[in-house]
Amino acid sequence: MVATSTRQMTADLLVIGGGIHGCSAALHAALRGLRVIVFEKDTVARHASGVNAGGVRKLGRHIAEIPLSLHSMSIWRHIADLVDDDCGFQPAPQIKVAETEAELETLRRRVAELNGLGYTHERILDRQTMREHLPGVAEHCVGAIASLDDGFAQPYQTTFAFQRKAQKTGVRVLENTPVERVFKSGKDWKVSTGGQEFTGRFVLNCAGAWGGEIARQIGDHAPVRAYAPMMIVTERLRPFCTAVVGATGRPLSFKQMPNGTVVIGGGRPGVPEPASNRTHMQMAELRHSAQTAMDIFPVMRAAQIVRSWAGIEGLMPDGIPIIGPAAHAQGAFHAFGFSAHGFQLGPGVGDVMAELIATGRTQAPITPFSIERFPQNPTRAHKELS
Amino acid sequence: MFKRNNAIKSPRVSFTFEGCSIDAAAGDTIASALMLAGETHFRNTPVSQSERGPFCLMGVCFECLVEVDGIPNRQACMVSVREGMKVRRQKGAIGVEIE
Amino acid sequence: MNACDLAIIGAGPAGMAAATEAANAGLSVILLDEQPVPGGQVYRAIETVPEERRKILGPDYQKGIGIAEAFRACKATYIPEATVWNINPDLSIDYSRNGGSAQVSTRHLLIATGAVERPTPMPGWTLPGVTTAGALQILLKAHGGIGDDVVLVGSGPLLYLLAQQMIVAGVPPKAIVETVDRERYIKAARHLCSALTALPYLRKGMSMMRQIRRAGVPRYSGAHDIRIEGSQRADAVRFFANGRAHHIETSSVALHQGVVPNQQATRLLGCDHVWNESQRCFVPKLDEFLESSVENVFVAGDGAGVAGAKSAEIRGRLVALRVAGRLGSDTDAEIRALQRQLRRDEAIRPFLETLYAPSDEVMVPGDDVLVCRCEEVTAGAIREAVDLGAPGPNQVKSFLRSGMGPCQGRMCGLTVSTIIAERRSEDPGSIGYYRLRPPLKPLLLSELAQLEREPTRDEPL
Repeated sequence: MVATSTRQMTADLLVIGGGIHGCSAALHAALRGLRVIVFEKDTVARHASGVNAGGVRKLGRHIAEIPLSLHSMSIWRHIADLVDDDCGFQPAPQIKVAETEAELETLRRRVAELNGLGYTHERILDRQTMREHLPGVAEHCVGAIASLDDGFAQPYQTTFAFQRKAQKTGVRVLENTPVERVFKSGKDWKVSTGGQEFTGRFVLNCAGAWGGEIARQIGDHAPVRAYAPMMIVTERLRPFCTAVVGATGRPLSFKQMPNGTVVIGGGRPGVPEPASNRTHMQMAELRHSAQTAMDIFPVMRAAQIVRSWAGIEGLMPDGIPIIGPAAHAQGAFHAFGFSAHGFQLGPGVGDVMAELIATGRTQAPITPFSIERFPQNPTRAHKELS
Repeated sequence: MFKRNNAIKSPRVSFTFEGCSIDAAAGDTIASALMLAGETHFRNTPVSQSERGPFCLMGVCFECLVEVDGIPNRQACMVSVREGMKVRRQKGAIGVEIE
Repeated sequence: MNACDLAIIGAGPAGMAAATEAANAGLSVILLDEQPVPGGQVYRAIETVPEERRKILGPDYQKGIGIAEAFRACKATYIPEATVWNINPDLSIDYSRNGGSAQVSTRHLLIATGAVERPTPMPGWTLPGVTTAGALQILLKAHGGIGDDVVLVGSGPLLYLLAQQMIVAGVPPKAIVETVDRERYIKAARHLCSALTALPYLRKGMSMMRQIRRAGVPRYSGAHDIRIEGSQRADAVRFFANGRAHHIETSSVALHQGVVPNQQATRLLGCDHVWNESQRCFVPKLDEFLESSVENVFVAGDGAGVAGAKSAEIRGRLVALRVAGRLGSDTDAEIRALQRQLRRDEAIRPFLETLYAPSDEVMVPGDDVLVCRCEEVTAGAIREAVDLGAPGPNQVKSFLRSGMGPCQGRMCGLTVSTIIAERRSEDPGSIGYYRLRPPLKPLLLSELAQLEREPTRDEPL
């Protein structure tokens, strides 16, 4: 890391974390004219942002996430206009199959609930329509819920593209630069790393699984824990499935990439070691994902796995992220804890955070994601800030 | 052209490659038997369909992938010949049949 | 499941010697190997090779007979045709055999998976008819097969050993195209003094060279800009040497640029590796007893750094004695004696490593050359990704899919690291290598689904 002059060590916004959310918020803030520095302890997209399953889905979102997801989707559809790279984005249906009538009934209730709220992007596919979308699906599947204009993208390509476009827009991305301390000094925020101190009017915590410690230093409490979703990828197979597929009664994320490989995930996690950056695969657990994939797509019996992997992700107890201003400190913001489904939200949430930081307000309904939904300790925070 | 340096003393084994009969010695791998039969083209790549053949003969390079009795992805250099086995080139990506 | 004292992966000289020594010391030993019979690659087919072929292969090969006999006679459990596809942090090992998976547990693990030939990317190297030199030697050892118009290309002792064996068999190579130039001989001469303590190696080398000369095999030294030509298969080698363009027609090109440690298992386990500038490859970081940075994981044989079959055997025995020592035997004096033998045997290496250093052409090939054979990724594409800002092999892999085909990076990993290092003007050691993940070899989804084991840790969602 090289930062020599005072000017280089001062910015409007200091972003902690070089994942999809950090890079997206940095880009959007720079587009609004802010001077931004991103601090990444490893390399950009090292963890969940670079190695997730790549689903770009509105399907199955928590109700509170739907507006953000729809906003993000509108950016994804023209992602190259934003980052000068198509990010490998492919429009594709997202389909969650029901293996029993009872499962299909819960899906029908979901669609009815969404319709009641005015959302129409999810719909029921009967058995026949489902089979038209998924010719290889197992006989026993009775129907599905689908969001037909979703898609998927290449995670590393995407985050790397956001990084490069941010840099082109003037953002400084400091890799291999772990933040040691975040603290307030007068009206400004300071970030210290490697014996240097950086100054900014605002600080944004996009530190994923490591976001809890950054939040603590800011004066907030966030019960985030490290989580390592495991995935496997097969050799290249001849094209047989164009949709991204999930199951209703058991965890599954299944998609065939344009190159023919099939990515399978969604099952039980590996063992994360956030301190060492490592994750350990639990192959005995992955067998459930393998079994589910073969049950839903019997043709997968002949497929070979070439690789498995797991990236470290921040998981919240209620399964939705923390997005918004810090609980007590002025000028500090959070966007982390996306609980293994933050990739699609990256472009949209970055835009919302930049708006919030640059203008002090946003129309986006982010209240459900406030850090204050968890118990905070104002006295401690106050003491640290004074 | 590869030739055996000494006459085969071990029992003969016969199998087919792309429908043609190949004469081999017990103890041969599919790869050695085919190379000694003058065959170098074992598969086509899934990316560009280009021709490939055995490269390392020790299970490392995965260039000699063939289909054996209908099962794809067999490393020809790691599978011993068996009487009557049917070997075919692996052409491109593995097909998955959808009924 | 009961854990054994020592599990060994690989039945080459290191694995066989370690199993024998450890079993004879009373340890419970399991040896897993992918081949149907012991020997590894260096002693391939050692138990079955006919008498006349033994003569072709020479006295060094025949040293394997005794090692294999001792191994067969010892009490170690030998599991052949076992493809290890995962090693868990608790050292339990998952392997495929006869289409299903099984597991063994151990207190100590010896990785004796040997070396692989250094990737030799050059124009045309993916054409059928192009093999490694090692492949042709395996064809000769195990099946008695020899090509009648083989052109050997590259550098390293194996190239000359194979040439000599072909000459003895009466089918000499058509030509030897050497990438070693005169300058290299001068550089290597500096290491001659220390190499003199390993006189038998020098004598063997000189005798090989004499035989090749006497047989009249054409040799081209200092060859560069080598390319293999052909449309659907190789039919010629084109290169420059001594200021002239050359063209040799052939249906069989055998490439060699030395061998490098097979890193798959040690990388999977997260062992620390260092870049060895003299050997121009990564080697696992080991202590004087060959234990890696991961406790109870040892490495012997060429996987611990290339040193040849004799060192491999000594290293295997050393690890066995070290583990026996840990379990209560007094083995210190024997270990010290083996360490002395190792130092003597390895004295030839600096000379060989300098003389036969791989050519720059294969370390950092031209833009058009395919580096990842499986996914067909060129050196130029890798350089473009680096120029965009991809900092290392894992980002290049995510970006271009290099290393994501069935060989899982075995054929491109080293080249990807050296290309990135050159492009960024950094040391390959700081660039690093692919992160390796299970399965170590491609695994059928249906086989994974059949795997049954209790979870090693409770991880509620």
